[in-house]
Amino acid sequence: MPIEVEKGRIRQFAAAIAESNPIYFDEAAARAAGHPTILAPPTFAFTLSILHPQAIDFKSMGLELARILHAEQRFTYGVPIYAGDVIRVRARISDTYEKKGGALDFVHMMTFGRNQRDQPVFEMMGLIACRRRNLP
Amino acid sequence: MSTPLYEQVSVGDDLPAIAKPPLTRATLALFAGASADHNPVHIDIDAARDAGLPDVIGHGMLTMAYVAQVLTGWVPPSAIRSYSVRFVAPTRIGNALTCTGAVVAKDLGPDGAVRIALQAVDQFGDVKVRGEAEVLLARRDTI
Repeated sequence: MPIEVEKGRIRQFAAAIAESNPIYFDEAAARAAGHPTILAPPTFAFTLSILHPQAIDFKSMGLELARILHAEQRFTYGVPIYAGDVIRVRARISDTYEKKGGALDFVHMMTFGRNQRDQPVFEMMGLIACRRRNLP
Repeated sequence: MSTPLYEQVSVGDDLPAIAKPPLTRATLALFAGASADHNPVHIDIDAARDAGLPDVIGHGMLTMAYVAQVLTGWVPPSAIRSYSVRFVAPTRIGNALTCTGAVVAKDLGPDGAVRIALQAVDQFGDVKVRGEAEVLLARRDTI
């Protein structure tokens, strides 16, 4: 199921990262900069991957959410994400492995987003590490 | 903001740095809501302690969003072709991050792409994030 990019969510996200560029808040400013409407900041795609209804479920993989650390993140960009876009997200786990004698579980993920015109908007690589609970 | 042209940029040039106010619990709560990253380790001290940490830690993606502002303060967001980071150390409450970038490579191809090295350090000089981006600049003869 695709996700609609709400204008309010973009503004809220931009405010939460202490952005002041008006192209993320104000229609007129976005149009003056050559955009059809307000656009999403560069790391917003990560939020789409969480809102995605088939988001990767770490709990069901046996990983404890509070013990997960973000290790690496990469974005490759296509066309911008605009308010009102409807984004189709595909995510897959590309690799899992353990390090430090099993103390850390790593999950490597690839996520792809396309808009309602079937144009690629982002490709993401994410690597997370989960610390296992210490044995008593 | 006037966007630099490919010809105006040299390897070694610094991008304008960005300084962010110290991280507060409110900053993390607002980012959790706005980004939909509700991992309790960022917003619930009990969950953080249960996971063996002394306190909540900042969202890596918040730091990554801060560092991206070094790029978008320099060129329009649509000029960024790729952007990646390694999260070197978690951010803590009270950390005031300074985000910097510098041009590290040109001549990546015929299209005016340059490579930028990025980082975020806290008020003690400890590196939290190291990153890299490829940015497309207009060439003088194409405008």
